[in-house]
Formats: sequence, C-alpha cells, structure tokens
Amino acid sequence: MAAEDRVPTRGVLRRPGLRPVDIVVALALVGLLYGLLRIAPSLNAPFLPKTAPAQVSTDPANLPYYAVRSLLRMFAGLVASVLFTFVYSIAAARMRRAEKVLLPILDILQSVPVLAFLSVTVTAFIALFPGSELGLECASVFAIFTSMAWNMTFAFYYSLVSQPRDLDEAARIMRLTKWQRFWKIDVPSGMIPLVWNGMMSFGGAWFFLAASESISVLNHQYALPGIGSYAAAATAKGDLGEMCLAIAVMVIMVIGVNFVFWRPMTAWAERFRVEDSEAAEKPRSLVLDLLRRSSLPELLGRVLGPVGRALDRLTRPFGLAEYPLERPAVRQRTGDVLFVLAVSAAVLYGGWEAFGYIQSTSGFGEFLHAFALGGATFGRVALLLCVATAVWVPIGVWIGMSPRITRYAQPVVQVLASFPANFLFPFAVAVFVALGISLNWGSILLMALGAQWYILFNVIAGASAIPSDLREAMDSLGVRGWLRWRDFILPAIFPYYVTGGITAAGGAWNASIVAEVVDYGNHHLTAYGLGAYIAKATETGNHPEILIGVMVMIVYVVALNRLLWRRLYRIAQTRYAM
Amino acid sequence: MTRKPAVDTALERPAPGSTIISVTDVTKRFTTPDGHALPVLDRVSFTLQEGEIVALLGKSGSGKSTLLRCAAGLISPSSGSVSYRGRALNGANPGVAMVFQSFALLPWLTVQQNVELGLQAQGVDEAERRDRALRAIDLIGLDGFEGAYPKELSGGMRQRVGFARALVVEPDALFMDEPFSALDVLTAENLRNELVGLWEGREAPVKSVLIVTHNIEEAVLLADRILVLSSNPRLIRAELPVGLPRPRDRRAPAFEELVDTVYGILTDRHHGATPVGGTAKDTGRPAPSPTPTTQPLPDVSPGGLSGLLEILAARGGEDGLAELADELSFEVDDLLPLVDAAVLLDLARTDGPRIALTPDGTEFAEADILTSKQLFARHTVTRAPLVRAIVQALAAAGDHVLREGLFLDLLRRGFSDEDARRQLDIAIDWGRYGELFEYEKDEGRLELEPEALSVL
Repeated sequence: MAAEDRVPTRGVLRRPGLRPVDIVVALALVGLLYGLLRIAPSLNAPFLPKTAPAQVSTDPANLPYYAVRSLLRMFAGLVASVLFTFVYSIAAARMRRAEKVLLPILDILQSVPVLAFLSVTVTAFIALFPGSELGLECASVFAIFTSMAWNMTFAFYYSLVSQPRDLDEAARIMRLTKWQRFWKIDVPSGMIPLVWNGMMSFGGAWFFLAASESISVLNHQYALPGIGSYAAAATAKGDLGEMCLAIAVMVIMVIGVNFVFWRPMTAWAERFRVEDSEAAEKPRSLVLDLLRRSSLPELLGRVLGPVGRALDRLTRPFGLAEYPLERPAVRQRTGDVLFVLAVSAAVLYGGWEAFGYIQSTSGFGEFLHAFALGGATFGRVALLLCVATAVWVPIGVWIGMSPRITRYAQPVVQVLASFPANFLFPFAVAVFVALGISLNWGSILLMALGAQWYILFNVIAGASAIPSDLREAMDSLGVRGWLRWRDFILPAIFPYYVTGGITAAGGAWNASIVAEVVDYGNHHLTAYGLGAYIAKATETGNHPEILIGVMVMIVYVVALNRLLWRRLYRIAQTRYAM
Repeated sequence: MTRKPAVDTALERPAPGSTIISVTDVTKRFTTPDGHALPVLDRVSFTLQEGEIVALLGKSGSGKSTLLRCAAGLISPSSGSVSYRGRALNGANPGVAMVFQSFALLPWLTVQQNVELGLQAQGVDEAERRDRALRAIDLIGLDGFEGAYPKELSGGMRQRVGFARALVVEPDALFMDEPFSALDVLTAENLRNELVGLWEGREAPVKSVLIVTHNIEEAVLLADRILVLSSNPRLIRAELPVGLPRPRDRRAPAFEELVDTVYGILTDRHHGATPVGGTAKDTGRPAPSPTPTTQPLPDVSPGGLSGLLEILAARGGEDGLAELADELSFEVDDLLPLVDAAVLLDLARTDGPRIALTPDGTEFAEADILTSKQLFARHTVTRAPLVRAIVQALAAAGDHVLREGLFLDLLRRGFSDEDARRQLDIAIDWGRYGELFEYEKDEGRLELEPEALSVL
C-alpha cells in the first residue's frame, strides 16, 4: 500500500512494486484495526454493580464479537506478562539484595490458585474504575496475567543467570549501556525460553479466561462479553446446541491463535538459538514465510529504526551495564543490615496483621477444617494422577514410539491441553446427574479433563526422544515384555513424565476451585473439598475464609512440590537424563 | 627459586613505549565453602608496554585466564592493584578490547552488526560506525561476509569477526584469551600468521597485545616476552624475552631451543615434588610428604595414561616432550597432565624437556591387562595421596564402607567445591580401574575390594 511513494531503492527495482503477499498482509492489518475500533467504545461501557448483566446474550450472531473480545483479553494479559517478566527478572538477576526476596515470592506466587484471588481483585478493580466496565475487564485480564506471568518470569530469569560468561564479559569490555545490553544481549538470549513458555502459558490461560469472564463474587453474578460468558450462559440455560457452538468457536480460536501467532513466533525465535547445531526439527511457519516475503519487515525497520536510535541516545544517561569492582565494605554491610531489617519488619507486620485479622474473624479452628478439606482434595489429585498415569503412559509410549502417529497426534494433544476444560464440564455434569454420581467422585473426572493431557503430552515427547539406535539395540537383544518396560521404556521417559506430572498436579489443584462446585441448568452440585471451600468463600465474599483456604492450598502445593516433585525431578536429572 | 630469573635481561632491552597496563602484587583468592581461602594468583606483577606482544603461558589451572581478567578489569583482585595509564581500575578496562576462545559473538547479529556493536556503545554516529566497521572487516579479510550471521561461518571466519570486533575500537591493548585453541591446526596457523603480518606492518590499530595461551610454540611464535605461570605455587615462574626476528621459523635451532626451555620450566616442579625423580637440581631439603590437598591428582584417565606409556615404550622408552606433543598433535594442556600423572606414579621421569620410562613403567607398558592393573593399583596406592587416603580409611572402617561426603569434606579444605568433586572423581576413576574399591554413585558409597588389602 505504501509502494508508490517510496524512494526507489535497489530492492524495489529488482522486484515488482506491489507484491501479492502485501495485499494479504495489508488486508489482515486493516481487519485487525477495524476490530479494535469497533471494540474500543464498548470497553468503557457504563456499568453499575447492581444492574450489571449477570449473563450475556446467547445469540450466535454475537459469537464473532465475543471471540474478538476474549482474544483481546488474552493478548492484553500476554503483554502485561511480558512487561512484568522483563522488569521482575532483570531486578531478580541483577540486584543482589532484591534476588533474595523476589525469587521466593515468585516461587509462592506460582503455587497460588489463580481463581481464588478473583474476588479480591474484582472488588479492587471495580473500585479503581467506578461506573465503568473497565474494572471487570481488568480483573479478567489480571486473572489471565497471573496464570501466565510466573512461568515466563522464571524462564527468562534462568536465561539471564545462565548467560554464557563470555557474552557477559564481551558486553562489559565493549562498554555497552544498560539499554543496549538489555536489547542486544538479555532479550535475544532469553527469547527462545520466553516464546516457548509464553506459548505454553497462553495455552493454559484459556482456562482462566473462561473462568474469569463470568464470575460470581460478593453474592453477585457478573458477566463480560466473551466466549467464556457465552458458554456460561448456555450452560445456565442448559442448551446443548449452543454449548457445542461455543466449543467449536473455542477450538477455532485455540488453533487459530496457534497458527497465526505462536507458530510464527516459535519459528522466528529460532534465529536467537545460541548453539551451533540447529534443532533437529526446526519449527516452521507458513504465516512467517508470508510475512517475511512481504514488505512489512522493511516498513517496520524504517519506522522503528529512528525510534530505536533516539531511545539509544536517550537512555545513555542511565549508564553502562557495569558494576564497580569494589564497593566500600562498610557501606555494603550497612545496606545489607538495613535491607534485612526492612524486609523482616514488613514480613512481621504483615504476619501480625493477618494473625489478628483471622483471630478476630474466623478463628484459628477454621484452619483445621480447611486442612481436612484439603486432605480430600489432595486425595482427588493423587487418585487423578495415578489413574491418568496408568491410562496415558502406555498410550503415550505407543504414540511416541511411532513417528508417523506422533506427527498426527501431537498437535491434537496440544490443542486438547490448551482447550479450556471448563467448557466440557456441563456435559460431564449432565452425565453425573443422569447416573446419580456424586460430585465427590465426579470432580476427579472434571479435574482430569484439563490436567491429564500434560502427562500424555510429555510422555509422547519422551517416547519420541528415545534414540532409535537404543531401541534397535533392545530389539536385537530380544528385550521385551515387562523387562523392556522396566529397564528401558520407563526409565527413558521418566524425566519427561516428571515434568508432565508436576504440571498436571498444579493444574488439578487450580481446577479444583471450579470443579468441586458446578451448576448445570438448575442442578447445583457441591463436593467436600478445599476447592469448594474457596469457591464458596469467594462467592459470598468471606475474606478471612478466602485467606485461610488459599493459605492451606499453598501449604499443600508447596509441601508436595518440595517433598515429592523436586526429589523426583532431581533423580530424573541425575540418573535418567539421556 | 627466584621469582623472575630473567628480570635483568628485560631491563636491558631498548626501552619500549610507555606503560599501558601495570599489574602490581595481584593476589586472587577464592573462598571455599568452609571458609578456606584458595590462592589462584599469588602476588603477581607485570606490565604491558606500548609496542610489545606479551604471552601469558601456563598449564590449565595456573590462573592465567584469571590474571588476564584482572588486567581487563572484569574481576577484582583480592589484593594488589591494576592500573591503566596510571589510573587504578574499578570496572572494565577502557583501553582493552578482547578476543575470546569461544569467540563470544552474538549469534543474532550479522557480522557487520557484531563489529559495529562496540562503536555503538561508544555512541559513534551511524555513518562513521559503518565506515569504520567496513574498514575493520576489510582489514581482517572478511570482505563479502558483512551480512552473514556467525552461524553460517566456519570457526576460523568467526574468530576473524572476533578480531574485527576488537580492532574496530582501536584499543590500546588487545587481549586474547586462547584465541586459536578452538580452531583446527591449519586454520589457527593461518590466522596467527596474518596477525603477525598485521602487527609487523603496523596495520593493526593496537598499541600492545596480551595473549593467554597454553601452546608453547604459539607463545614463542608470537610474543616479545613470555611470562610462564606455574600452578603450584601460583606465580610467575619465569620471564623469557624472545629476541627472534619475525616471521619466525619453527625449525630454527634458536626457536626449538626456546621451546625446550619452556618445556623444562613447565615440568620442573616434579623434581621438587616427587622425591624419587630427582635428577637436575634437588633442593636438598626433604620435601614434606604429600597430602591429598598439597598433591592434587592430574586430571587424566588410566586409559590415557597407559596409552602414553605404550607410545613411549614404542619409541624406545624415551623421548623429548616437544617431539611427543608434535607427534600426537597434542597441546601442552593435553600432554602435561599425562606426564604429571606418569611422574607422580613413578612410571616415568622427566629430565628438562625429555621424558623417560622407569623400569616399572616399561613393565606396565608391556604387561597384559591384569598385570598392568595390579601394577597400577600398587603404584596409585603408594604414590597418589588421595587414593591412598581413601583406601586406608576404607580399610580402617568396620565394614569397609564409607560415604563419599567424608572425603569431599576433607578435600574442601584445599579445593573449591568444584575442584574437590573433580579430585574425588579422578581418585574414584583410578581406584575403580585398579580394582581397589567399588563406588555406588546414587548413594555416594565407597566399598573396599578385598584384594586391595594386600596392596596396602
């Protein structure tokens, strides 16, 4: 579109002025722009807590609009997560004192059930934007953000601290400024983990999108226009046709975003690979090839070039990416002492306040109750993991061992893993109601709907990564049957299985908050468990009980991670790594 | 032993230029986990003058890279000072550009972008940046590769980018950290010769060069002065001026003589450290009996050691180290640990630049595998302090079983965490080969083999 007014450069003379791909890219951009403009006014729709819609219309004509609104939320969450990742990881990696506090916080945040905080954040955001829907919008984006940010931050932080020493030294001896170092070394070298973790987290975040668009807090039901609310409304009506429609749109969204965004991103990130050897199966993307052939990169370069130069100059006063070799020891000691005092004071004060708050409201006896409930949920998670392992490990091995099946199955499993399982809840609940199954047992299935795929997905990856010469050696030795499983297959997939198990367990705990309380039509089912406890406290706005529930869940998750998963992980790393 | 035997000869040379970098009494200690300070450098001093190439030569673990990084202002010395043009450093040395062994190029930038980066950091404007980068690329023979990514280039071409990147900022001192050791022999030779050409023709915009290497011939080929670092104690053992005209001929007698001298200096320690091999200059004082921390085990496998002994036997039981290294195309870092191990176990001795098998060494080389293993077991138990300590402790333990943590704790008094682990791994490797003890990795359990008692 900008071809006519360009100064003819060599590149233009060599090629026709307007390339067919340019038209495609331009149309896509126009479409995107139009979509944003249509939405912009409605974002700020008037909103009064008492009269806000509890449900959205289930007219299928609204679906495209809902889909765009939901996508917008997802990407807003992604952008926020990336910004958070940059700031937080740089602080944790480069500031000696900050690291001591920031890392443990991140570790805990990772174990916090995202949904439990919705009620708190919703009230806070509504207060922040009085009389506007923007508050609810922000709360939903925040839920999505919390489900993505921690993983990405960890990944980027590790890439920062594991930067090759030579690169660090080269940067210092060349006297790069802080800004230059960040964009020339830190971001590029962390790009691959950032993109891959972003993709995985984005897949997981669909679940929270669906759960956060339509929520009931403080005895009131809120609904934002979006695909999640649509599904919730259809469920409330008990309309199976509309539910299927919602599922179809959701599948299209998951696959579509993968195709036009994440595939190109992963393929593009390959240029930031440090190792000399190329990855065996290099990610490729049609969309990226298309974009590369268009004049978009050139255009972007022309626009961003001057901006980059200006920023490079403007950020110069921030100084070099260097630290003094020697600091006065006394000042350093004093700083350390002050820092420790400040942190301990803050922690003690916070702890004391929380203590007083709980004592004056629910009382500490409530903890016993919550721990008992947590035991029930823990039992469900454990049972889920055992059954999922028994079912999916053999199937995953079978798929992974055959490259042909893997090629077809892996993308399908990937979609299944990112598909928000809460869309399927109504169907399962319909079956429970019909067969008279108690949700105490049924919730295990509901939790498994989302969590099990991580095990399958990782086992497939592990099985397909077994070197073929090792397999041939086993074949030629005639190792088969139980011996083959015990001495060859299970050890080989173990590291992958552990990764899958950690993710599945985390997902199951989170899912318990929506799986232990379900509504379907006019059926209201509740299970005995910590998830139901938190969900109920959220619904009624019982803050002390939310606090207790979340704390107990964190204790369970962290204890499990420390006592079980981390040990298994270490064994996997030292003993069974190929 | 005097610290700098050649210091007066250095003073007699025609005064070069002014001093660029001076390193004074630099000591670098790393603290072990249990609080012991380990010296990596011990009161080292040297200066880098305008117009000279200085080589820092030493075995691995002699602290030469640490010394280079202290002089570059990348790490701070524990005591002592480094100054650039008279000003003490507290951060990266502004007059230094560095060439790395691993090249340290940014794989996501093109050759030209990589070369321009240092200028961009200095805030040079775009037109001048491009101009200077292209000139440096031209100078170093990378014409036509401006738009290539490092991944597309061979190792030699990548190191050329490394040189261009360093030269483009026209540094006062060019620092090179084993710049050729990641390259194959021919490529390295080619690049070295071009470097000498640029230096001699005064085309390279640098005033001095400091190169760290473990390749003796490379040091003799390039340097005006060679500083030989010793591993134990960690200081500059000798300073050798190289007066040969450039380009230097590797086969010239003076060249070979200098190479042999350096070999002699590098293997000299063994005369003092091992009581038996004394030939050239015994100190007269009886050396204190070595302990696991004063006598670290050289990092070699028993297989590599027997390979060396067999080759020596095939060559008549005696050979020059330089010839041996040449024949095997080994560098000092490959050969010297093997030599150290052979000498430590009294299977060979060195005499200046020559190495010869002992009678036991000859027997070892000619024996069948079982006999040679028994011989190896006997020699390691008597001569390798750490293996001896482990076997004795196991023999004393009730059930002949001990945890490795015990030995790691012991080693941490004299080594960093990492080195303690490596020392124990070497000892385990040797002990397993000699069938002295078994090792269970998962539990870190060591168990004495019954036969080992007879060797004690």
